[in-house]
Amino acid sequence: MKLNTNSNIYTVVYASVVVVIVAFLLAFVSTALKSKSDANVENDTKKQILASLGQRNVADSEVAAAWDKYIVADQVVDTTGNIVKDGLQKDHDGFRIDRRDIKPENNALPVFVASVNGETKYVLPLTGKGLWGPIWGYLAVDADGQTVFGAFFNHESETAGLGAEIKAEYFQQAFVGKKLEDADGKAALTVVKNGKVENPDTQCDGISGATLTGNGVAAMLSEGVKMYQPYLHKLLNK
Amino acid sequence: MAALFSKENRQAFTEPLSLNNPVLIQVLGICSALAVTAKLEPAIVMGLSVTVITAFSNVIVSLIRKTIPNRIRIIIQLVVVAALVTIVSMILKAFAYDVSVQLSVYIGLIITNCILMGRLEAFAMTNGPWQSFLDGVGNGLGYAWILVVVGAVRELLGSGTLLGFTVIPQAAYEAGYVNNGMMTMPAMSMIILGCIIWVHRALVKD
Repeated sequence: MKLNTNSNIYTVVYASVVVVIVAFLLAFVSTALKSKSDANVENDTKKQILASLGQRNVADSEVAAAWDKYIVADQVVDTTGNIVKDGLQKDHDGFRIDRRDIKPENNALPVFVASVNGETKYVLPLTGKGLWGPIWGYLAVDADGQTVFGAFFNHESETAGLGAEIKAEYFQQAFVGKKLEDADGKAALTVVKNGKVENPDTQCDGISGATLTGNGVAAMLSEGVKMYQPYLHKLLNK
Repeated sequence: MAALFSKENRQAFTEPLSLNNPVLIQVLGICSALAVTAKLEPAIVMGLSVTVITAFSNVIVSLIRKTIPNRIRIIIQLVVVAALVTIVSMILKAFAYDVSVQLSVYIGLIITNCILMGRLEAFAMTNGPWQSFLDGVGNGLGYAWILVVVGAVRELLGSGTLLGFTVIPQAAYEAGYVNNGMMTMPAMSMIILGCIIWVHRALVKD
């Protein structure tokens, strides 16, 4: 008996069987590798946070040690600036909040408290939109809640050589020493067109040719700083 | 053993490297050649990934070629390719995280790479698994070496580095040499590709 591979029933059964086999295969591989790839994602996030504290290019094997050395707590704060969870257990509170869930309406904002050479720093995670996809960053602020100690930005799919340069160290170094707010207490830290800096206290040079990604970074900074302002003001009054 | 490397089988492997190169002659897979060649490293990884996936999807489709219903053969081929690509991407994420981040978008693009569909439809559907495997490896490598050449030229002239190591000496920059920013734009890979095809056609007359 020869199977008629062109009959309708054969076609439908064949398609169903193939789909079921593939589904099981993918589910199996995904489950088998999940713990490993999750660990990689976590390690990478830690690396990015450390980079904002000036600890760049930490080797994969040394991330855990550097994290222990510099990070004191991963707090969760609310939009009025109160600390909801102290995060002293590390990696259980603020670190568990997904980047995409950092918005005012969720009322749970992560803050990483760090200690660099005995000085306390606060790392604020930021998220925003670039030209082609999501962008995000970490802003390390001095204990005065005003001065930028370091910054790190990353992106998913900005243009290589232009928007993607926000990932470059020279761009991020320009933020060091800037202030988050202007004299009136408004969130003012921003990126302007290359060469158009009028107020060097709060404005950073953008990348020529990457105006739209720059606008995305500027919006991300202003929204992020606004979100954390109550918390930063409480630091100041302490 | 001799039969494994018969003239016909050798041809299935060597032809796509130059005489019947998928990029240079058939002009397939151009989209990804533009996207991943700004730097050498992703170009190499992309070339290898495509080689592995073409080879194995060729083998799988060749093994089941007699059972595939004719009317849904393209869909079945796509399912095989998509499943393989997803598995490779999950493996990269677990074992080579940095590379997977760099390739994040492009890995998905392998599914739509015309070379894969072309080889499955034109070769694997009518040939045995071993021959299909050789054909897949040959076509993958034929694609990979073009990517590597374009990637090397673009990284060298665009960023002055190769695989991330600085190649152009500092003295050259002090003497007024400037990296060509144009090279990092996708359009330049089209032009470089055009030059490679030009040279290839001039050298290989067939």
